[in-house]
Amino acid sequence: MTTNFSRFEGTEDYIVSEDLRNSVNVAVALSKPLLLKGEPGTGKTLLAQSIAKALGLQLIIWNIKSTTKAQDGLYVYDTVQRLYDTQFGNKDVSDIKQYIKLGKLGEAFTSEQQVVLLIDEIDKADLEFPNDLLWELDVMNFHIPETSETITAKNRPIVIITSNAEKELPDPFLRRCIFHYISFPEADMMEQIIKVHYPDLENTLLNEALKAFYWIRSQHNLHKKPSTSELLDWVQALSAGGISPDHIYQELPFLGTLLKKNQDFDTILRRVHNRGTGENQQTGTRIFRNW
Amino acid sequence: MFINFFYLLKREGVPVSITEWMTLMEALSKGMAASSLTSFYYLARAILVKSETNFDKYDLAFSKYFQGIETPAQISDQVLNWLENSLPPLDMNIDLEERLKYQLENLDLNELKKTFEERLKEQKAEHHGGSKWVGTGGTSPFGHSGYHPGGIRVGGASLRRSAVKVAGERKYYEFRGDETLGVRQFEVALRKLRQFTTRLEGPKDLLDLDTTISETCNNAGKLKLVWTRPSKNSVKVILLMDSGGSMGPYYRLCNQLFTAVNKTTQFKSMEIYYFHNCVYDQLYLTPTCRQSESIKTEEFLRTHNSDHKLIFVGDATMAPSELTEVNGIIDWGMTNDEPGLTWLERLAHHFPHNVWLNPVAETYWESSSSYTIQLIKKVFPMFELTVDGLEQAVKKLKVRQ
Ligand SMILES: Nc1ncnc2c1ncn2[C@@H]1O[C@H](COP(=O)(O)OP(=O)(O)O)[C@@H](O)[C@H]1O
Ligand SMILES: [Mg+2]
Repeated sequence: MTTNFSRFEGTEDYIVSEDLRNSVNVAVALSKPLLLKGEPGTGKTLLAQSIAKALGLQLIIWNIKSTTKAQDGLYVYDTVQRLYDTQFGNKDVSDIKQYIKLGKLGEAFTSEQQVVLLIDEIDKADLEFPNDLLWELDVMNFHIPETSETITAKNRPIVIITSNAEKELPDPFLRRCIFHYISFPEADMMEQIIKVHYPDLENTLLNEALKAFYWIRSQHNLHKKPSTSELLDWVQALSAGGISPDHIYQELPFLGTLLKKNQDFDTILRRVHNRGTGENQQTGTRIFRNW
Repeated sequence: MFINFFYLLKREGVPVSITEWMTLMEALSKGMAASSLTSFYYLARAILVKSETNFDKYDLAFSKYFQGIETPAQISDQVLNWLENSLPPLDMNIDLEERLKYQLENLDLNELKKTFEERLKEQKAEHHGGSKWVGTGGTSPFGHSGYHPGGIRVGGASLRRSAVKVAGERKYYEFRGDETLGVRQFEVALRKLRQFTTRLEGPKDLLDLDTTISETCNNAGKLKLVWTRPSKNSVKVILLMDSGGSMGPYYRLCNQLFTAVNKTTQFKSMEIYYFHNCVYDQLYLTPTCRQSESIKTEEFLRTHNSDHKLIFVGDATMAPSELTEVNGIIDWGMTNDEPGLTWLERLAHHFPHNVWLNPVAETYWESSSSYTIQLIKKVFPMFELTVDGLEQAVKKLKVRQ
């Protein structure tokens, strides 16, 4: 039996590993949300864009913040506007429909074409947020009591959900997802990613930058490890600044591009300084190694 | 039976549910594992395992279950040759699919292995199509590119990195976190530690319903909207963690708490410092307790006002002299002008909202060998480092000691 679904093969501006590509296709074929987990900068958000592009579908992005409620994704009933209109407006306030505004999920459901719906950074929201969405994602419809309307998905959207793993997600939610963990890219994959963005970058500069970058990442106790985005900015700065490759690892020029927290900046400077004297050679092992 | 893989996963501690198992069966019936064990490895993992912390357990279970499947009794080069010449996949009708599903559900893996080895022995010539022999493009469970959903891959592109080998590499060992459940529980407990205030900066963009109603009434029914600031958590937390040698056995437990605290983004501020057995005139920025990464306790006190909530984490287990005597400090070559207990009392006095979390079970606290626990317990309200203990501690932290 051949299954009938569009296959995601990747796009030229996105480097995708084979098992990630498989996970995408499994999720699409089974009509399950694909949950992507991985530290920031591992290309989770970009993957959703790449999928939409490869399959020629519209992308709808729902950015989750700490204050986002599941309801926001369905619809909001603008009671305040309606109240205002009863007092000052000349609209027909009995037509409640005009005060119902669909959220991103509602938008995805009502779209004439199948869409890719990205629920970005779901872990930012309240611990219970994912559970509140279970029903709608399962049955692909929801009811608006104010207008006695039921919004049903015309085409089941391809749902991509990302998490930076700041919070654990609830089990009932997880059970319904296809899960993929994107590990932080190793140096050779990272090299490819950089080349996608800066195809003309000089090789020695790239290699030195990668060496320095992975050294910094291996240091323990950083508050925020530099990620792909910062590395991309950094190599651009290095290249634009005409930095000679043999100074990169020794001196870490433009370090501020990589490390945004002052404490991290100081920690690394101190360790670069000690690197030569052989005092501080250890790299990032487990945090509680010495307990 | 194939279902044994499900139970093996459970036994290894992967929390698989029947829902997920059914999803896997659906995927297999759609031919999504393409009869290759490697595809099966990734497919089943994506469907059954929902955290990278369980990948290692999955790998273990997979290795155990499929042990030796891909390299049974040294497949000869000749057999591999046969397999390389694949036929195009069979167009499968529903009937066949049903039959295969049935077979899959009733497949005994050991039997499969045994039969496979027997057939290899029996088989003398290359074979394509049909349903009994090892070959390609057929419905026999052996060989590759065929459509036996429970089939075993014995060749093809991924031969060199076989699924069992991938599983055997156990590259997710480091992600193992048997403590994940604990982390979420700790998080939930920590959430209770909040104190909302609207008196912070920020735009007034929240409708204050109660005031709006009363103002509108005062306004003779003409609407008057009143806006307010959303409330924010104003709690500031300081965590002081013992990173001394005797804490070793509690590494996992403390790591759970550490992870939970780090994930809790709701505090206004959250700082972590370390000490070795007891706090003296220095606090360390890293658990390795190096001089070069430390701050003076006096400076720490000067820069942190008393509205911070102070959480100590330590086993409170040391030589009594470390607490009670000048120069009792355990670290070689270091001195202290004041006894450790004086420093602890100073901290408790400075931060009236304080608790001590102890990973040592409460039943040992009163034993005669736990003298230092009893001393410290007089200074700080002490709780067990368990989910229950943390809940009680959070309650205690809300009131001044
Ligand atoms: N696999 C990849 N291929 C190409 N670019 C990538 C890839 N992964 C990350 N990047 C680059 O890193 C940046 C951060 O990726 P993003 O998708 O925002 O990460 P995340 O959502 O995981 O935090 C992207 O803008 C892109 O430039
Ligand atoms: Mg992102």
